[in-house]
Amino acid sequence: MQASSGFPWLTALIVLPVIGAAALWALPAASRRLVRPIALGVSLAVLVLAAAMALQFDTAAAGTHQFSELVSWIPAFGVSYAVGVDGVGLLMVLLSVILVPVVVLAAWREQGQDLGRLRHYLALVLLLEAFMIAVFSARDVFLFYLLFEAMLIPVYFMIGGFGGAQRRYAAVKFLLYSLAGGLVMLAGVIALYVSGPGGKGGFLVDSLVGVHLPVTTERLIFLAFFLAFAIKAPMFPLHTWLPDAAQNAPAGTSVLLVGVLDKVGTFGMLTLCLPLFPNASRWAAPAIVVLAVISVIYGALLAISQQDIMRLIAYTSVSHFGFIVLGIFAFSSVSVEGSSFYMFNHGLSTGGLFLLAGMMARRHGGSQRISDFGGLQKVTPVLAGLFLVVGLSALALPGLSPFISEFMVLVGSYGRQAPAAVVATIGVVLAALYILITYQRAFTGPVRAELADAKDATYRERWVIGPLIALMLVLGFYPAPALDLVRDPAKSTIEQVGVQDSVPTVQGAAVTGSAPTTAASEGGAK
Amino acid sequence: MTTFTAPTIAWAELAPVLIVLGAGILGVGVEAFVPQRLRRTVQLVLALAATAGALVAVALLWHGVHKTGGSRLFDGAYILDGPALILQGIIVGLALLALLVIADRTSLGEDAFAPSGAAVPGSDYEQLARRKGLVLTEVYPLVLFATGGMMIFPAAGDLLLMFVALEVLSLPLYLLSGLARRRRLLSQEAAMKYFLLGAFASAFFLFGAALLYGFAGSIKLADIATATSSVLGMDSLLFAGLAMLLVGILFKVGAVPFHAWTPDVYQGAPTPITGFMAACTKAAAVGVLLRVVYVVLPGLRWELKPVLWTVAILTMLVGTVIAIVQTDIKRMLAYSAIAHAGFILTGVVAWNQRGISGTLFYLLAYGIASIGAFGVVSLVRETNDAGEVLGEATHLSQWAGLGKRSPLLAGAFTLFLLSLAGIPLTAGFTGKFAVFTAAVAGSATPLVIVGVIASAAAAFFYVRVIVLMFFTDAAGTAAERTTVVRSEGLTAAAISIAVAATILLGVLPSPVLTLVTQAAKFIP
Repeated sequence: MQASSGFPWLTALIVLPVIGAAALWALPAASRRLVRPIALGVSLAVLVLAAAMALQFDTAAAGTHQFSELVSWIPAFGVSYAVGVDGVGLLMVLLSVILVPVVVLAAWREQGQDLGRLRHYLALVLLLEAFMIAVFSARDVFLFYLLFEAMLIPVYFMIGGFGGAQRRYAAVKFLLYSLAGGLVMLAGVIALYVSGPGGKGGFLVDSLVGVHLPVTTERLIFLAFFLAFAIKAPMFPLHTWLPDAAQNAPAGTSVLLVGVLDKVGTFGMLTLCLPLFPNASRWAAPAIVVLAVISVIYGALLAISQQDIMRLIAYTSVSHFGFIVLGIFAFSSVSVEGSSFYMFNHGLSTGGLFLLAGMMARRHGGSQRISDFGGLQKVTPVLAGLFLVVGLSALALPGLSPFISEFMVLVGSYGRQAPAAVVATIGVVLAALYILITYQRAFTGPVRAELADAKDATYRERWVIGPLIALMLVLGFYPAPALDLVRDPAKSTIEQVGVQDSVPTVQGAAVTGSAPTTAASEGGAK
Repeated sequence: MTTFTAPTIAWAELAPVLIVLGAGILGVGVEAFVPQRLRRTVQLVLALAATAGALVAVALLWHGVHKTGGSRLFDGAYILDGPALILQGIIVGLALLALLVIADRTSLGEDAFAPSGAAVPGSDYEQLARRKGLVLTEVYPLVLFATGGMMIFPAAGDLLLMFVALEVLSLPLYLLSGLARRRRLLSQEAAMKYFLLGAFASAFFLFGAALLYGFAGSIKLADIATATSSVLGMDSLLFAGLAMLLVGILFKVGAVPFHAWTPDVYQGAPTPITGFMAACTKAAAVGVLLRVVYVVLPGLRWELKPVLWTVAILTMLVGTVIAIVQTDIKRMLAYSAIAHAGFILTGVVAWNQRGISGTLFYLLAYGIASIGAFGVVSLVRETNDAGEVLGEATHLSQWAGLGKRSPLLAGAFTLFLLSLAGIPLTAGFTGKFAVFTAAVAGSATPLVIVGVIASAAAAFFYVRVIVLMFFTDAAGTAAERTTVVRSEGLTAAAISIAVAATILLGVLPSPVLTLVTQAAKFIP
């Protein structure tokens, strides 16, 4: 990788939130009122900076890593500080920086009027933002691992320090699951380094890609990495920490946890597992596809039966992550493109759902039980409308961006893993069930007495959800900007895995990246 | 007629050890000649100056050792090579840090030691000594003697000097363990156990040394190593001797199955001394183990590999599993010390240069976190109904909610625990990574797999304490009576240095890693 000269965009993006977090912690008690404006200002500044960076991104070369920086960090271990983003990385960085201001805004009235606690919470959010940007742009396996593990600490405190009744249990379960996965990955990281070229840049992804490993070694290292990513993602049967964490964390934490952090798992599968261990990936793909399909169906079924709305959303995510993993391991450029785009859309859609669920809970004294709600449609029409739109995005309604990605995953997978794609389609139907049944139970029917004077969505709350819906609508009708970013990376990933690309054909015409746009408009009649 | 040729003494090379031991002897003189009210100040200044001076001496010697690879003094009895010098630096540096904690009298104006060690616990004489405000300043020379022994231990090139160093470091520690101000019976019991088991271990060591002498006709490690190359099959003198020697060393390392003393002694000893022992004794003992493994055993590695692997795996697993069920923070840290001995052993048995450098780094990282953690423990106290501050609140339940009352102290403790758990960006992670990489490179991958599983399990009990401190409400529990005494400044300084070093060695470990890599070469 060539370190490009010029402005260190990514480092600036990483450092800025850290400074913000430090500023929040250093804030004297007298000026605590500034906590919220500072946090929002910093997160918006990061957003602007990231947008400026995205404009500089050369979409024509989206498959290469841009804005690269390379500094030797721990030469004794072959570790470098190497960052750079390709199209997928950029998309994930953008997702992180979009969600953080939203979360900050959503936390405006959280923690009561205790500004001291809010300060800790917002500082942790900003710290986490830095870690998220760094992990999606890391181009050094060691650096990636380091951030992958270090990220646990702020999240752990965000769940354990600010969550609901069972927060301690949930926080510890989250941490131990993740640590266990991470430590197994550590063994893989070490083994990879020892079998790699070694030397000063021995951990750079670029110097590790294409290293020939003995068959068994490659498979074992692949499994070590995959286990950590599958826990993170989370995939059946390693998903049980997620519902507990989501149920007990504040809504904003769940947004970042499920919306962004868990993507590190699928992102890692896509950008580390596949290029570094192509043979082992092909070897393991059938089993992984089966697990992915089980995740799709199992997550959806469990979601239908949940009583707690946060748990419900967590299980829907297990189902969605199943789709993403299916797309990645179906090894067709369309499915991989779809999965990359899915990661972005899922963050918007699930993030919105968690935030709306949090707003609902606040109107009912913090209760997250779906059966405690009813008839909210009449009392809070705007809130109900927002929930319906975001909910429909989660069930992949055409016209909203999640539809496009889900469609691409299914179409792309069909060519290579037809049975899996067919079974996974059931998940789409189940999605309609869990979203619509929930809407019916919480928003329609007679108004419950204790909700009779609930306030409708405030301006702040509309500003929290509005941008997410707008983005999904825009990308739902015009997904080209996002698809341009993921097309080349998907192609090069498929090349690295070394399989013949399977291009689905519709009436003899090859479906290219932009074709689903037409599919989207056709699907509108569905 | 035999003529006696006086050995030439290389004063410069011996300077670090001579400074520390000399200050110890001076300290004994101070006890006799300096009036009581000045004694503590004089002893403290002397001890800090000696350790700091020795550290400087080590730094000055480094250039020469780095260039020449080291030198053999006294006809090979004392070998100052890279690892020995670095270990001396680590030991004396950690001792300096530990001395700060040892010397702190906190806001209560009393240190961690009994006013008069000879007084029978609960006797009138003890009461009198307490009322008169006696202070046991002999602690400082004892610590200096122990430190001196520890510094000689890894530099010893023959078994006799090694044994002498072992005794010089052990005897003061037996004494120090028995001098706790509070819970004196527990402390004395710990000292007794430590002494008896330690005496056994010393006897094993000595008998092993005798057998090896019988085998090789020499007590020099280099000669024994040469002699092993001509052995075919099982030589009973050699293997019995080695086994016994290793028992003696592994006892000091605290490796399973020779670990039984660790929890009792760590719990009973005065907390600052526990920190000192955990950090420095481990460094010295592992240093000797390194020398034996890398100088004497290379020819026998295939024979001894199963034994050392078994010890390493057992140590990691037993330490971790038993630590999970502990309810006393000092015992928990003791079992964690055992588990860490196991992690260190994975680096030792890697049998490559990376193994040496990784182990050295690990010892430093672990020692810093240990001293810091025990320093924090020494400040967290329980109170009685009248609000009077008593001894340390060592039961885990008493730590509930500490994060709310003393966020800084709890934050520092959290950092040490994270470092012990090996979370990235802390020194502990760098150390763990270094030894595990060495082990994989040395084809000891199974050890690494056990190591990561043990680390994952170990994270559980470290994290449990963090949960207790930050996420558990103290209201209505025994923890309401827990209070934090203010440090005089010395412990606070030690904790601050440990925090800074833990972060620095986690984020920017390169200079130290380069140093230990350059040093990682034993000369026979």
